[in-house]
Amino acid sequence: MSERERLAGRVRNLERRALLLGAIRRFFDERGFVEIEAPILVPSPGLELHLDAFAVADSDRWLITSPEYQMKRLLAGGLERIYSLGKVFRRGELGAHHNPEFTMLEWYRAGAAWTAIADDTEQLVAAAARAVAGTTRLGALELAPPWDRLSVAEAMRQFAAVRVDGDESADELRARARAAGHRVPDGGAWDDVFFGVFLDAVEPQLGRERPVILFDWPRPLAALAREKPGDPRVVERFEAYAGGLELCNAFGELTDPVEQRARCLRDLDERRARGLPAYPLDEKFLAALADVPPSAGIALGVDRLAMLLLGAADIRDVLAFKSDEL
Amino acid sequence: MGSVEATELRTGLKVLIDGQPYIVIERQFVKPGKGAAFTRTKFKNLLTGRNVEHNIRSGEKLEEADVEEKAMAFLYKEGDDFVFMDQQNYEQVTVPAATLDQDWRWLKDNMVCHVLFWNGRTIGITLPNFVELKVTHSEPGVKGDTSSGATKPATLESGATINVPLFINEGDTLRIDTRSGEYCERVKA
Repeated sequence: MSERERLAGRVRNLERRALLLGAIRRFFDERGFVEIEAPILVPSPGLELHLDAFAVADSDRWLITSPEYQMKRLLAGGLERIYSLGKVFRRGELGAHHNPEFTMLEWYRAGAAWTAIADDTEQLVAAAARAVAGTTRLGALELAPPWDRLSVAEAMRQFAAVRVDGDESADELRARARAAGHRVPDGGAWDDVFFGVFLDAVEPQLGRERPVILFDWPRPLAALAREKPGDPRVVERFEAYAGGLELCNAFGELTDPVEQRARCLRDLDERRARGLPAYPLDEKFLAALADVPPSAGIALGVDRLAMLLLGAADIRDVLAFKSDEL
Repeated sequence: MGSVEATELRTGLKVLIDGQPYIVIERQFVKPGKGAAFTRTKFKNLLTGRNVEHNIRSGEKLEEADVEEKAMAFLYKEGDDFVFMDQQNYEQVTVPAATLDQDWRWLKDNMVCHVLFWNGRTIGITLPNFVELKVTHSEPGVKGDTSSGATKPATLESGATINVPLFINEGDTLRIDTRSGEYCERVKA
């Protein structure tokens, strides 16, 4: 296949994608954010169970799966509004919505709540839509703020008829899901049961006419989010969905070094139990956490945003080169 | 039979779900940002012909279904049953009409199909993608109507009625796409 054939129908998307990158930088520059060029080679790529990092041969480094550890060290050092726009790398992720290297936008606000990040997200996506598509209206979907806001428990109740509290066992959640008629296999952890139902019944329904900010994530899906004051069963975390696409993930950041270390060690134990690579703890990140002010931050998939704005069904349509084209 | 893991699911693979045989039609990699990878898979139930979609989690195992396909020639219809013959050993099997869905519409004598067996019993057939059938009845097209896309009904030797272009006559042989059930072209006037 010639390059001309390969790129047929994609040239216009690539031109629009370039506009999108410009619009993102303009958005943050105008709001006083400092752009950070995050490192690519890191000694600890993060311990999340479902992220698999690329090891760099003949070194003690990995390719980053997200720059969040480094961004939080900058918050500890006194930077208050920062963003990073660059590549991250995740092994084994290749599909219509995935490429093993993809462009991640992260931004953080010191002294802000997660709701400030949610407001940023609404405004950023609307601004990007105007720059790229000339409108915030994409068919039936209206991207202009305000977006819908829905708790995870409410979404699971509404679309899947499953009650989720956050303090039930995996077996209890499985029994509830089966009682509501969902096909849930035996075995698997709490999050596996949750996502089985979520992917089947909830995600396809989200963000059809307006994007949805899905907040108050159950405790077993805490990741790096802090507990919600007054309700230890949920954490300060949100994701935004538009047109059935997961766009981003945000936290009211966990800044308690003791709790953060405990979560890292739990993940590490679980990695060993499952026979997954056990990456080193990032001690510099853990040491810096004590100096991170209350903050909120987010990671947004730029390729997904481009897909949404350009109506692309496959991430290939918004990339100059998908991994299988190299 | 063995079992297969979610990431090994391939189009055409036959597996058991809730005790029934299914064939994989489509598969897609999906993964929540903070969750395990799944294979979003579209299956067709080989007993009912109905499609379903399931997300199979990486690591989850599905049992392979003991489904065998045998090339056999269609002999004749007997009541509600369709009789096929293995051309190697002349063994005959009956396929109940209920398992054929719409496939009976394209069967004619001596047409070779794949008969599906599950645990030894017949559960359906796979037709060739294209078949050639003769028109046994069709009203003449109205002269002068040359608008493209105009059609009329025609009855085929298999008993099916389909829409065909106006220039088709009784006795013509047509090529039919069995997947869509639509007319493709006239093979012989």
